[in-house]
Amino acid sequence: MPKAKVTFEDIGVTVTVPAGTRLIEVSERVGAGITYGCREGECGTCLTRVVSGQDNLARPSVLEDQVLKDSFAPRHHRLACQAQCLGGEIVVRPA
Amino acid sequence: MAVADGVHWIGALDPTLRTFDIVLRTANGTSYNAYAVRGSHGVAVVDTVKESFSGEFFRRLEAVADYDEITAIVLNHLEPDHSGALPELLRRAPRAHVYLSVKAPLMFKALLKPTDAVPKGFTLVNTGDRVDLGGRHLRFLHTPFLHWPDTQCTYLEEEGLLFSCDVFGCHFCDARLFNDRVGDFRFSFEYYYAHIMRPFREHVAKALDLIEPLDLATIAPAHGPILRHAPRDYVRRYRELSGRRLINEAAGERTLLVFYLSAYGSTRRMAEAVAAGAEEVPGVRVSLYDLEGGEAAPFVDLVEEADGLAFGSPTINGDAAKPVWDLLSSLSAVNVQRKLGAAFGSYGWSGEAVDLIEHRLRGLKFRVPFEGLRAKLTPTEAELSGCRELGQRLARHLVTPDALLAEAA
Ligand code: FES
Ligand SMILES: [Fe+2]
Ligand SMILES: [Fe+2]
Repeated sequence: MPKAKVTFEDIGVTVTVPAGTRLIEVSERVGAGITYGCREGECGTCLTRVVSGQDNLARPSVLEDQVLKDSFAPRHHRLACQAQCLGGEIVVRPA
Repeated sequence: MAVADGVHWIGALDPTLRTFDIVLRTANGTSYNAYAVRGSHGVAVVDTVKESFSGEFFRRLEAVADYDEITAIVLNHLEPDHSGALPELLRRAPRAHVYLSVKAPLMFKALLKPTDAVPKGFTLVNTGDRVDLGGRHLRFLHTPFLHWPDTQCTYLEEEGLLFSCDVFGCHFCDARLFNDRVGDFRFSFEYYYAHIMRPFREHVAKALDLIEPLDLATIAPAHGPILRHAPRDYVRRYRELSGRRLINEAAGERTLLVFYLSAYGSTRRMAEAVAAGAEEVPGVRVSLYDLEGGEAAPFVDLVEEADGLAFGSPTINGDAAKPVWDLLSSLSAVNVQRKLGAAFGSYGWSGEAVDLIEHRLRGLKFRVPFEGLRAKLTPTEAELSGCRELGQRLARHLVTPDALLAEAA
């Protein structure tokens, strides 16, 4: 099964996860500082900065794009409850 | 009412309110505090009031400023008790630019959607951002989750005055306004913290890191007395309250609590087996509690400090027993996110309790990685050893570093 390597800059932890894992699931397990509310891509609480490896995450859905736009999220920001890791290396930190 | 040089209280008093937001009670009402700050080239309005108190708010505002002098509106928090008069204020103050937290735009949009109010412009601000009113500067402190994601505090640099919104607030209504003149509000202050801020204690600690270094002459919260006498005492009290509530005798160890209820001893035996299994793992302190022997409130204190929780309940008429629900419905007062959870129980005809408890634990954002255990009537030796194994797995999970767990998943 393809794997992705995710680094949480705020706590300095790197883990390997199966492709398809959402950022929030990993961040929750390792205790990174990404907070969340609805987990359904609605509230915008889990906004996360993708420091590098943007293309190693699945593209945002139309709904996620709308919430990102309404939140005035800067470039390279994603909702951790929506963004799925595809492979390669990804570095993130709380927005 | 002047709070400092060029700063006026323009809020509203709500002395007859007895229940706030459905859950909070108050014996003497509350206040919705809003403020006007005058600089040499503009007036800033900091927060508004609950909509039904708009009349009082606008009257007080008009007494200290003209609408076209208002150049800034600062929204420290968009909950309706502070944003209720905002749409009307936007209509009346066409020159005003709005400042709100980077976490607030979604809420801001939802708030204005049903109205025709449109701000002239708005800026999303973060810690360190400043607004110049002419000779006076407002500086923002990003303090998310105290108690909403959008919460921020605003500091008036020249006066050492902190507009802290719900932080350091309380539901206490007294027209004398200042903490050195109003009645005894200690109880209200503590009660407010316990119900509003306690679930966010990690965020409280981070916010205090930003607030403590400030030069503080006055704290002006959005509810209750304005703290001009010894404001630092209240900051210190928040620091105490956000710390650990129990003396931690298991320092350096991980803790697992096993709660159970038992009618005929079967679920109790399962609980004992879970606890015994967990005990075998070094580095984990295990405690066993019969829910029949206690009230929910002190158990909530235990849960707040624990790393893992296992709940055992028999199934009674297709449901878990009421004391389990009493405890599980009291946990919104504390932060349980990411704690480890599990369920087990014996049953007669059907064993729904275990599923129902697991479901609730997930709803509370517990992690529930291990499937719960059920035993029909009296647990067999095999079932009891299954319970011991569950205890071991829970305990091992607690002592395994998170990064390794993530690898294994
Ligand atoms: S948690 Fe609500 S959008 Fe991600
Ligand atoms: Fe609030
Ligand atoms: Fe409030």
